[in-house]
Amino acid sequence: MSRKHRSGKAAQRHVRAHLFAALGDETRLALVTKLNGGRSYSISQLTLGSRLTRQAITKHLRVLQSVGVVHSVRTGRETRFEFNPRPIEGAKEYLDLVSEQWGRALSRLKSFVEN
Amino acid sequence: MSNQIEKRIELKAPVSRVWRALTDYREFGEWFRVKLDGPFVAGQISRGHITYPGYEHLKWEAVVQKMEPERLFSFTWHPYAVDPKMDYSNEMPTLVEFRLEKIATGTLLLLTESGFDKIPSGRRLEAFRRNDGGWTEQMKNIEKHVAQAS
Repeated sequence: MSRKHRSGKAAQRHVRAHLFAALGDETRLALVTKLNGGRSYSISQLTLGSRLTRQAITKHLRVLQSVGVVHSVRTGRETRFEFNPRPIEGAKEYLDLVSEQWGRALSRLKSFVEN
Repeated sequence: MSNQIEKRIELKAPVSRVWRALTDYREFGEWFRVKLDGPFVAGQISRGHITYPGYEHLKWEAVVQKMEPERLFSFTWHPYAVDPKMDYSNEMPTLVEFRLEKIATGTLLLLTESGFDKIPSGRRLEAFRRNDGGWTEQMKNIEKHVAQAS
């Protein structure tokens, strides 16, 4: 395993560890939903129609950025934000695993009570 | 993204039977594959150990939250708390709830596990990594067992 590959994995680990917490916030979930469509948005566009200030939205975007769900792209003088689905897919895998564990346990319960 | 797990299963057995299978510590241990030290009591810690061959060194620990007869049984625990050397006690546990409903064919069981967003630290991924091999193996054991039992 190359050094580069390992550090990539460590970065991924860091991302997933904080992902659930980052998504456990209504404003940030709303931002993710908005960005989910595949388009990129400027801060002004994301602030539009929100009760929050530009500053507050920026803060939430930084949190999403820190877990890799959102990344920013500079076009000229403007910074635009885009959605990255990969971290959420990773977290979903984890939940699927726990969910599968329960699936197995419940089918054992089923044969236990139905016999 | 939802950060809770939800499962529903219809059981062809009366609610009272399912309630017993969930809350009698010996019966729970039978299907969950854990040997518990004593009965479940609301507000108290339940301790035991996993009964899978090769996994007996793993402890099972949960705090019983609610026991509303034939309606709701819940406990908090640390999912994948599988490292005997690690202290999980400072971490926010997840909440597991079993809800029972009477239906024409028997019992509807609703299971939810919530609170994944509150688990601090990098353990979430650590647990995932550790179970990547171990858990797959365990799954095979379960499958084998179910196949033998049926």
